[in-house]
Amino acid sequence: MSGEEDATVREPLDLIRLSLDERIYVKLRSDRQLRGKLHAFDQHLNMILGDVEEVITTVEIDDETYEEIVRTTKRNIQYLFVRGDGVILVSPPLRTT
Amino acid sequence: MLFFSYFKDLVGQEVTVELKNDLAIRGTLHSVDQYLNIKLENTRVVDQDKFPHMLSVRNCFIRGSVVRYVQLPPDGVDVDLLHDAARREARGG
Repeated sequence: MSGEEDATVREPLDLIRLSLDERIYVKLRSDRQLRGKLHAFDQHLNMILGDVEEVITTVEIDDETYEEIVRTTKRNIQYLFVRGDGVILVSPPLRTT
Repeated sequence: MLFFSYFKDLVGQEVTVELKNDLAIRGTLHSVDQYLNIKLENTRVVDQDKFPHMLSVRNCFIRGSVVRYVQLPPDGVDVDLLHDAARREARGG
């Protein structure tokens, strides 16, 4: 490993830098969520993730009963570039029981 | 600059570009620019029945801003190199 790296956290992007090579949770527009290992990112929040699971959430409304049916579609992708303009938030993975 | 450099190194490899309108296009990465506009060759649409618009299109230019994802080839990712570059990148601004 080479070079001096400033380890102090000064700005929000530094917080994301701490998550490099760790699994993260990403909330995207259009009711999508990603969980994967963060390999790279930039100031636009463009990212490359590995071993990604994408979850798309849709709500259908039954014509007769008007009940809301929430559905999720999942998909797995090995390596994914994500364009930053779709990103809402980035976080360590949420604990779900 | 980080991802511009990354995609330049990826030229010649097969990728699948998923657009914000849900269209997914598979093709060979021909070129990329600073805006991450992408030129693909030998393209085919992933779900041809759902998106018959581009059946005869074999080469295309995709505006960077309409891209949602790019699915990358497994051997097109040098994880350590990316980590180092990202650590250096998002700083000073």
